[in-house]
Amino acid sequence: MQLQEKIIGKILLLIALSSIFILSLITFFIFEEGIPLILKIGPKAFLLGQKWIPSKGLFGIFPMIVSSFWVTIGALLLGIPLGLACTIFLSELIPPSIATLFRPAIQLLAAIPSVIYGFWGLIVLVPLIRNYLGGPGLSILAGSLVLSFMILPTIITISEDALKTLPPSYKAGALALGATHWQTIWRVLIPAARSGIVASVILGMGRAIGETMAMIMILGNAVKMPTSFLESARTLTTNIGIEMGYASGSHRQALFATGIVLFFIIMTLNTLAIFLSKRRAH
Amino acid sequence: MIINRTRYLTQGIAKILIWIGALSTIAVMILILLQILREGLPVLHLHFFLESPKEMGREGGIFSTIVGTVALTLVAIFVGAPLGVGTAIFLREYTRESKISRMIRFGTDCLAGVPSIIFGLFGFVFFVIRLNMGWSILSGGLTLAAMILPTVISTAEESIKAIPHSYREVSYSLGGTKWQTVTRVVLPGALPGIFTGILLSVGRSIGETAAVILTAGSSLVMPTSLFSPIRTMSVHFYILAREGISMKMAYGTGAALILFVLIINVMAQWLISRYIRHRS
Repeated sequence: MQLQEKIIGKILLLIALSSIFILSLITFFIFEEGIPLILKIGPKAFLLGQKWIPSKGLFGIFPMIVSSFWVTIGALLLGIPLGLACTIFLSELIPPSIATLFRPAIQLLAAIPSVIYGFWGLIVLVPLIRNYLGGPGLSILAGSLVLSFMILPTIITISEDALKTLPPSYKAGALALGATHWQTIWRVLIPAARSGIVASVILGMGRAIGETMAMIMILGNAVKMPTSFLESARTLTTNIGIEMGYASGSHRQALFATGIVLFFIIMTLNTLAIFLSKRRAH
Repeated sequence: MIINRTRYLTQGIAKILIWIGALSTIAVMILILLQILREGLPVLHLHFFLESPKEMGREGGIFSTIVGTVALTLVAIFVGAPLGVGTAIFLREYTRESKISRMIRFGTDCLAGVPSIIFGLFGFVFFVIRLNMGWSILSGGLTLAAMILPTVISTAEESIKAIPHSYREVSYSLGGTKWQTVTRVVLPGALPGIFTGILLSVGRSIGETAAVILTAGSSLVMPTSLFSPIRTMSVHFYILAREGISMKMAYGTGAALILFVLIINVMAQWLISRYIRHRS
């Protein structure tokens, strides 16, 4: 009996290590495939190179790094205010009974597949932008708009959690001092939940940088330095997604190397977010 | 007096803006769903579901892609669910807060943030090439299993945490071992929560595209074994729309995709609400 319990404990430990195991496998294989190319052409030529012409052996991803950040920042510009509005709406403005009807809708926003968002962007936003604002339509603006909706569930669920775990005395105290409801929300509750809200935004940012399929459908995929939100662009993810299907040799290695850069950015953001939400817990 | 008035004015404006923000978010979501359903629902006849695609998807239905989606999801759940639930049991019942459990949590949190295209790259080089499984249901399913792991772990952990401590004490006082307590007391109680996590993972598997296209391929041929390449509904939808093969079929597949995801999510939400009512 004792022995059996011990064995079960060990097996469960092994199972529990699976997520770390998978994470190490992912890291190992992406690096193993991508590092040789970075070493061959040099990290500077790879990271800061402006030209991506696989047939000539030119693998510079700088325009894609910049485009990824443009698209993401655009998404945050709309996503943060909308996310905060929904969070405050859910936790402060409407009675809990109605909020429980509203919350599944937010969950549904997370459940809609990214290809559906991409398709909608393609058939609705792209023509609108092309007709009213000019440019090819397939643009950073269209990508940012779609992404801002895709990151909302991340921002809303995590910041709502952060607001919910605040001691009720914060709100009661502020109201008792004569603050209006809005002053209480804006000057007391939001600042107190700051680290959780920032963590939610960082995770949303990670999600935006990592999104692939929707972006392939609406960014237009031109490899160039972005100069305006109305231009087409290619991000790190779409570079991998578009070319992985037919790439081979050093071209394929270059796509894995692109993956390394993406992985590095995402891991930095993740660690930052985890650190911030830890600080909230203590 | 003036100060007071501006205070309430600010409050009024702020609240109006928030109402506008929240309601327009929901409005846009409904708009997205309705626009695709409006064009797509008329395509959804029974034979659309029961016929396989013909001429690259210009004609026929989506039967083989449904089979592919189901097969891939089943592999993902069969592998991912035991690993995830096992991890949750370990974290909640077999260890206290320790270096190991913190490490496991950190690993799980990181895994949750890894973008699907990275999972795709990994699955491609590891399962498809190194393990020589080729583009197949197995490669795709195993990649998806890794992707859904964090969801299964966190929902299973939440529901195990919700089982009152007294239940376990009763089992121990009756002479039950730890494993007996886990399998006969803790797990049955946590089952609805675990099932919710699995449903959410099914939803995620159905909608996933980037990782699947790199690991399971995009073949329209009906699969015959776990080593057959397949095309899932999401991949089919993506290819139809991006390559402009047939807008009508793209709308139809999109509408079917939305319906499946909707049904699964409504079921999950219903389970959660029932579960909460049951607990309180």
